Amino acid sequence: MSAPANALEVRDLVVTNGEVAAVRGVSFTIPAGGRMGLVGESGSGKSMTALALMGLLPMGWGAQGSVLHDGVDLVTQSDRALSSRRGRTLSMVFQDPLSSLNPVRRVGDQIAWVIRRHTGVDRREAERQTLDLVRQMKLPRPEQIVRAYPHEISGGQRQRIMIAMALACYPQLIIADEPTTALDVTVQKQVLRLLNAAVKERNSALLMITHDLPIIAAMCDSVAVMYAGRIVEMGPVGEVFRTPRHHYTRGLLESQPTMDNIALDGSSRLVSIPGMVPPLHDLPAGCAFHPRCPAASERCRSAMPELDGRGRAAACWHPAAAAVEAAP
Amino acid sequence: MNAQPSRRPLLALKGVTQTYRLARQSLFAARPILTVLDGIDFDVGPGEAVGLVGESGSGKTTLTRMLTGVERPQRGEVSFDGEDVWTMDAAERARFRRAVQVVLQNPRSSLDPRMRIGTSLLEPLRSLGVRGDHAARVHQVLDQVGLSRTALERFPHEFSGGQLQRIAIARALMPNPRVLIADEPVSALDVSIQAQVINLMQDLVHDLGLSLVFIAHDLSVVAYTTSRVSVMSAGRIVEVGRPLDLFTAPRAEATQSLVGAVLRVETGLAGHALD
Repeated sequence: MSAPANALEVRDLVVTNGEVAAVRGVSFTIPAGGRMGLVGESGSGKSMTALALMGLLPMGWGAQGSVLHDGVDLVTQSDRALSSRRGRTLSMVFQDPLSSLNPVRRVGDQIAWVIRRHTGVDRREAERQTLDLVRQMKLPRPEQIVRAYPHEISGGQRQRIMIAMALACYPQLIIADEPTTALDVTVQKQVLRLLNAAVKERNSALLMITHDLPIIAAMCDSVAVMYAGRIVEMGPVGEVFRTPRHHYTRGLLESQPTMDNIALDGSSRLVSIPGMVPPLHDLPAGCAFHPRCPAASERCRSAMPELDGRGRAAACWHPAAAAVEAAP
Repeated sequence: MNAQPSRRPLLALKGVTQTYRLARQSLFAARPILTVLDGIDFDVGPGEAVGLVGESGSGKTTLTRMLTGVERPQRGEVSFDGEDVWTMDAAERARFRRAVQVVLQNPRSSLDPRMRIGTSLLEPLRSLGVRGDHAARVHQVLDQVGLSRTALERFPHEFSGGQLQRIAIARALMPNPRVLIADEPVSALDVSIQAQVINLMQDLVHDLGLSLVFIAHDLSVVAYTTSRVSVMSAGRIVEVGRPLDLFTAPRAEATQSLVGAVLRVETGLAGHALD
């Protein structure tokens, strides 16, 4: 198997149901073994982007544009062709492991099934590999866990089973959509650590989708910030998070609770972004963020800024922190 | 816990213990007993904002049920304004029910989808049997939570999660309570909206002199609003302190584990968030 340079190349992806578009022209590239974070709030289009990549869009929704992966365009692939890829060259970890696992089959059998389906090894070999994976996921008493049904194990253990399943066939790309949001905070870190190590070891690429900026900072080397169906800022995670240019990115970073500036009497104020994410059927003209933006001008109300630049880009007429570089 | 200030708590639990009998595991075995709350002392003073943190399963929600008087503890006392909630007379009990209001995690499931917001807001007064024309009160609470009056004629599905949480807070304010109990009020909300709701609750404590019990699994969220935080683990309160002290010098194992679980952008960028 020759390794392509990029694990994923998304060009002008649009996801629409004919009336409204949840994703409005999104382009990004994840190099082989790269780790990208896709940040956004609910309604930003981040999860619809992920579902489009996997060919799992809800009924009535369709994707346009191109999604190059492993030498093919996923947008034009048949359901059958996509189905044979899922779990093999690309796989996904969803938010809620309970609803992603089959409740009436033992978890070990579910992992083994993925392995047998995609690699054609015999049952005994698949079971051996399954046990190996479960051990790597640091699950206690792996021999018993593989024989358990999903409801018999904890949420954190189920999510580790999901990760084991996603990693079973050494995929080129793993898409993780809010993989730890449903878990207890103390379990979250363990699961992220495992995912991190497992992805690294396999040299798989990772697309991490979350609203949680600290997770992106911990796991990814690049980040794309989505708002109202578009990427508004993109670049290496350190640069984007340390010197955000789009006022939305800046607002998200500032509204993170931190313990650095906490008052002792409970009177510390969090910075908040005023207003709310606009509904898809009623997007503002121009830059969709302008009603909430402190720097909005007449131009922002009428003309939509494009994402300019390749490595480090922001779709903003009045980028913050741009004084350092040349102002437009 | 050092010097106890001489204040009289408004709402207090003293030695509260609650156990549940679980399902029988075999035909002849005794039903196992689960101790959900184990000798809990907890209180909030007038106009005070306190926090309660703990992992899921630590007993936070059962504690909420004790504070609101919907469940009677097997041992210990729940008192409001110095009176035992479970032995007070009907008039006092009604006063208690008005005075202690709750905001839950998911506003979408705590508002009736078929009821206009205006009707939902009146519901607490109706069920508490408060008569009269409440139009002025409705407008007042809408102002307090920063919503426009056009909300009254609309249905829950027309609102975003953040707006719905404001509506749920408005509804809790309707009977003019003295204590607001917020059980994970922001964990279902987007980050940029979380900050709005946290700031709103802070304003309510400040402007209305409300007492607040803020329950969450995330210590940093609670720290912004409260001056005293209790940490729960396995049905006990294992540590009480000021938020910053809990962060910088956690003593109990449960506190250490909660503090250690907090991910931050800076440590992430520095590359050792997952160490």
